[in-house]
Amino acid sequence: MVTTVTSLGRSGLSDWMIQRVSAWIMTAYLVFIVGYFFANPNLDYAQWAELNSSLPMRMFSLVTMLSIAAHAWIGMWCVLTDYITVRLIGPKATAIRIFFQLAMIAITLLYVVWAIDILWGI
Amino acid sequence: MPVVDNKRPVNLDIGTIKLPITSYVSILHRVSGVVLFFSVAIFLWMLESSLASEESFNQLAETFNNPICQFIIWGSLAALAYHAVAGIRHLIMDMGYGEDSFESGRNSARAAVVLALVVIALITWWIL
Repeated sequence: MVTTVTSLGRSGLSDWMIQRVSAWIMTAYLVFIVGYFFANPNLDYAQWAELNSSLPMRMFSLVTMLSIAAHAWIGMWCVLTDYITVRLIGPKATAIRIFFQLAMIAITLLYVVWAIDILWGI
Repeated sequence: MPVVDNKRPVNLDIGTIKLPITSYVSILHRVSGVVLFFSVAIFLWMLESSLASEESFNQLAETFNNPICQFIIWGSLAALAYHAVAGIRHLIMDMGYGEDSFESGRNSARAAVVLALVVIALITWWIL
């Protein structure tokens, strides 16, 4: 069963590393944003827009979005290659899995473009 | 593409195997991850609405009072809370803590479930 062609890093070790680095980045963003909401319980639009239009925050948000994309790609690849297999669902599994993987990759890239559009459209 | 005709029997009927808590924590990590793949759309929609204009920011605040929207956002945040807690457990194990025996793995799995439930309870209280 050929599966590595649709993996992100083309190797298990590379995917493992990307999964960890992206996890740390997303954790940092989550801690920051939850802390920010706690520190600013009466957040208004002007303050929120000012935060998100600053260059450091735009970069932080973009790097987080890229981490989500890489993390989701690797995670969804693991799930799809584990369960949509010839052994579990029959001879059409490879075609079905490739379809879902391409759809997953398309949605992931769409998310990235959408996030850039949001962040640089403020 | 050469296909290996593998006829060897495989006994992996999950239903016949009694799984330890670590397995359930792992399976739920996967399930919450797949849920989150779709929740990204909800989070991006909220980010967009909150930043597009002052009107859309206020509209989003009103949407938070709608019970159906509350439920969808609650589901996404609950999945995020569980996935983050279970993921941080892995990051702690990466640093060499609690990965030395099955016993410590089982204890950290229990701790992750308890912590995730506490965070989900806090999210529920915050939304309501």
